[in-house]
Amino acid sequence: MRLTGAQALIKSLEMQHVEVIFGLPGGAILPVYDPILDSSIRHVLVRHEQGAGHMAEGYAHVTGRPGVAMVTSGPGATNIVTPLADAAMDSIPMVVITGQVATTAIGTDAFQECPITGVTMDITKHNWLVTDAQDLPRVIAEAFHVATTGRPGPVLVDVPKDVSNAPMDWYWPSSLDELDLPGYHPQTEGDPGQVRRAAELILGARRPVIYAGGGILKARASEALRELAERTGIPVVTTLMARGAFPDRHPLCLGMPGMHGNYTAVTAMQHADLLLALGSRFDDRVTGKVSAFAPEAKVVHVDIDPAELGKVRRPDVAIAGDCRIVIEELLRALETMGIGATDGTSVSGTGRGGASSDGTSGRAAPAGVAGRPDLGPWMAQLRAWQEEFPLSYNQEEGGALKPQFVVETLRDMTPDDTIVAAGVGQHQMWASQYWKFDYPYTWVNSGGAGTMGFAVPAAIGAKVGRPDKMVWAIDGDGCFQMTAQELVTASAERIPIKVAILNNAYLGMVRQWQELFYEERYSEVYLSPDLPDYVKWAEAMGCVGFKVESAEEVAPAIEKANGIDDRPVVIDFRTDAFEKVYPMVPAGGSNDDIIVGPAEGEGGR
Amino acid sequence: MSPGTLGSATGGPGSGIGTVAPMPTGPGSGRGTGAARHHIVTALVENKAGVLARVSGLFSRRGFNIFSLAVAPTDNERFSRITIAVDVESAPLEQVMKQLDKLINVVSITELAPEAAIERELLLVTVEAGPAQRGEVMALVGVFEGKIVDVGRDRMTVVMAGPPGRIDDFESLIRPFGIVEIQRSGRVALPKLERHAGRLHGVTGTLEAG
Repeated sequence: MRLTGAQALIKSLEMQHVEVIFGLPGGAILPVYDPILDSSIRHVLVRHEQGAGHMAEGYAHVTGRPGVAMVTSGPGATNIVTPLADAAMDSIPMVVITGQVATTAIGTDAFQECPITGVTMDITKHNWLVTDAQDLPRVIAEAFHVATTGRPGPVLVDVPKDVSNAPMDWYWPSSLDELDLPGYHPQTEGDPGQVRRAAELILGARRPVIYAGGGILKARASEALRELAERTGIPVVTTLMARGAFPDRHPLCLGMPGMHGNYTAVTAMQHADLLLALGSRFDDRVTGKVSAFAPEAKVVHVDIDPAELGKVRRPDVAIAGDCRIVIEELLRALETMGIGATDGTSVSGTGRGGASSDGTSGRAAPAGVAGRPDLGPWMAQLRAWQEEFPLSYNQEEGGALKPQFVVETLRDMTPDDTIVAAGVGQHQMWASQYWKFDYPYTWVNSGGAGTMGFAVPAAIGAKVGRPDKMVWAIDGDGCFQMTAQELVTASAERIPIKVAILNNAYLGMVRQWQELFYEERYSEVYLSPDLPDYVKWAEAMGCVGFKVESAEEVAPAIEKANGIDDRPVVIDFRTDAFEKVYPMVPAGGSNDDIIVGPAEGEGGR
Repeated sequence: MSPGTLGSATGGPGSGIGTVAPMPTGPGSGRGTGAARHHIVTALVENKAGVLARVSGLFSRRGFNIFSLAVAPTDNERFSRITIAVDVESAPLEQVMKQLDKLINVVSITELAPEAAIERELLLVTVEAGPAQRGEVMALVGVFEGKIVDVGRDRMTVVMAGPPGRIDDFESLIRPFGIVEIQRSGRVALPKLERHAGRLHGVTGTLEAG
C-alpha cells in the first residue's frame, strides 16, 4: 500500500491504539493534519503548545498510556520544551511529534526552523529526526516502545515537511526484532541473590520504613506494595510522586515525607534502621541534607533505572528491576523465610484516626517467624508522633479563609476516586498534605520540574483520559494565570473540569521564603486578588465562575460546582495570604531540623 | 555513510582517528600524567546522526569532566567506537557508566583502569627548527621514535605515537624550541591481555589444596 509519510504517521499512531492527540497545527506539520480528518483518533485543539504537552502528561498520569502531542516546527516545538522537561523529571511516558522544515532547508535558518532534536536532547529519553518517509512506521514504533518501557519518559519525533509529503510503502513492524534499537534492553527482573538479601534485611529490621516513590505507580505495583506492607507490617511513606500508590487511610500509611512532609513521615525515615526505597530516587526535597538523611538506616533500593542506584545514597542492597516484579519476587522470598500470605484481614483500614490507641493495627508480621524483631514498639512510637504532631491549621470563625480548609472541604465533598491535579507552590503542598489519596492514579502534579501552570492543562488531559471520573484542579492564582487559556480548549471540547483557585494574591511559596529567610523583604511576589477578575475571566472562556470569600460559602460553592457537568467551572477562593506551608525543613537543612508549625503568635496572622 | 553520521563527521572510514578537542578539565589538571585520575571508557555506539553530541552532552549536563575523547568507525559500519578518558575525580565512574548506558544509541560500554589498559595517542607538532636547532630536534625525535613528516626552511612537523605519558614528556622537551602548532588525537585504548592467567590460577589452586 502506497501512502504519504503523513498518512503513514497517522496510521502508525492508530496502530499504537492512540485515542487522542493534543496539538496545534502550523506550516511544517500541515501535511500530517490532513489525514487526521479521516482518522479515528480524536484531536484536541489547544490554545498554546505548552497546554498540549501538559494535557498529554495529565492523560498519561491517569491512564498509564503514553500521552501524544503534535505541534509544528520552530516556536511550536520550543513551546513544548517545558512539558518535555517536566515529563523527563517525572518519568511520564509521552510521545511528541513535531513538524520540521524540509530536509533541504535544514541548517539554513529557514522560516520557523529550530533544531528541536538538539534542543531537547537532554530532556527527552530519546528523540529522532526522520529523514526518510519509509522509516516512519518503524520510528513511531520505536518511539512508543522507548517511551513506555524501562523507566518511562518523553520522546520526540521530528518530521520534516518533505518527509511527510513523500510516498512510502506501508508496513508495520510485527515484533520488537524489527526495531532498530541495538542499545536498548531495559532490565525488569531483580537479581535473585539481591532479592534474598533484601528479604533478610527485612526480617532483621526493628524500625523499617517503606519509602515508596513514583516508580510504584509507573510499574502498576500498588497492589503488590500493599501486599508487601501488610504481610511484613512495615509502614509506608508515599512521596509527592507516589501519593495514592498506597492508600492514605490505610493504618500503615504515614503519608508524605520531605520538605513539607508530615512530622511522622519525615521523622520515621530519620530514625529508621531499614529503608526500603521502592521506585523512589532520594530526591533532595525528600532527603534534605543528604549526609544527615536517615543516618542509621540500611538501604534497599529498587529501581528500574540502574543509574538511580547509588546516585545519591549508596544502597546496601541494590536491585535494578521493575518495582512490581521485584516486589513479587520479594514476597516469594519472604514466603520461603516464613512470612506467608495474609488471610486478608490482618490489617484492615481503620482510618487515620486509629492512630491513637490502635498500636497493633500495623501488627508486626504474622507470628512464627523465628528471630524476627517485634515491630510493636516502632509502631507505637510512630503512633505517638502522629498524635503529638498532626498536620494542623486554624480556621477561625469569621476569620480569613484558610486554604487548608478549602482543600479539606473539597476532599470531603467529592467522590473518593476524584482525580486531583495541582500546579506548583503552596497550594500543591496543601493539596498533597490534606487530600486523602486512597486510589492510585488520582494525583496529577509536577513533582521534579516544579512547573507552574501545570494544573489546568494536566486536569484537562486527565479528564480526557478518564471522562468517567470527577477531575478537580487545585491551583494557585500565580499558576492559573500561566495556562488558564486552556479553559477555552476545555469549553470548546466540552471537557468539564473544575478548578479551585486558592487565590492568596501572592506567589505564595516565594512569599513564604521571603518571609522566613529574607527578613520579610517581599520582592516581586504580590499579584493582587482582583486583577484579573477571575469570575469574569472564567465566564469569558465559556466556564461557570464563582467567587468565595468566607468559610461558610465554601461548601455551597463546591456543591454547585459538582452539579455542573456540561462545562468547566472555576471557583476563586480568596484565601489567607499569610498562611504558610508547615511542616517545613529549611532548604539544605537536615530533616531533623523540621519546623512543625509557626511559632506562637505567628502563622495565620 | 550518509552525511552527518558519526564516521563522516570525524573524517570518514579509513581516515583513522577522528578527534574532538579536549573538553575543559578542572583547574590545575594535568594532561593525563596522573595515572590514577582518569579511567578509560570505551563506548560502542550506533553510527547515527547526533550520537557524539548525545555522548558529549551527557558529560556536560551531568558535570563529568573529560580528559580526551576520540571517535572512529569500527569494522562494522553500523557502529562507531568512542574512547573517553574520564576524570574520575569529577564524578564517580559508576555514575558515568550508568548514565552513558542509558543513552539509547549506546550499545555497550567497557571500562578500563589505567593499569589494565594499553593506551596510545598520536601527536602532530610543528616546531621552530632553523638550521642551528635542526640537529637537536632530530635527535630528540629519534630518541622518542617519532618521525619527521614535513620540513620547511626553519620549521619541521613531527609525528609521534605512543603512551600518553611519553607524549607528555616529548611535548615538554620539544616546547623550548618553539611550538608553532600542536595537535593531539586524544587517546585510544584496548584492554591488556592476561598472560598465563590460567596457569597462575592452577598454581594457586594447587597450593591451597596442598
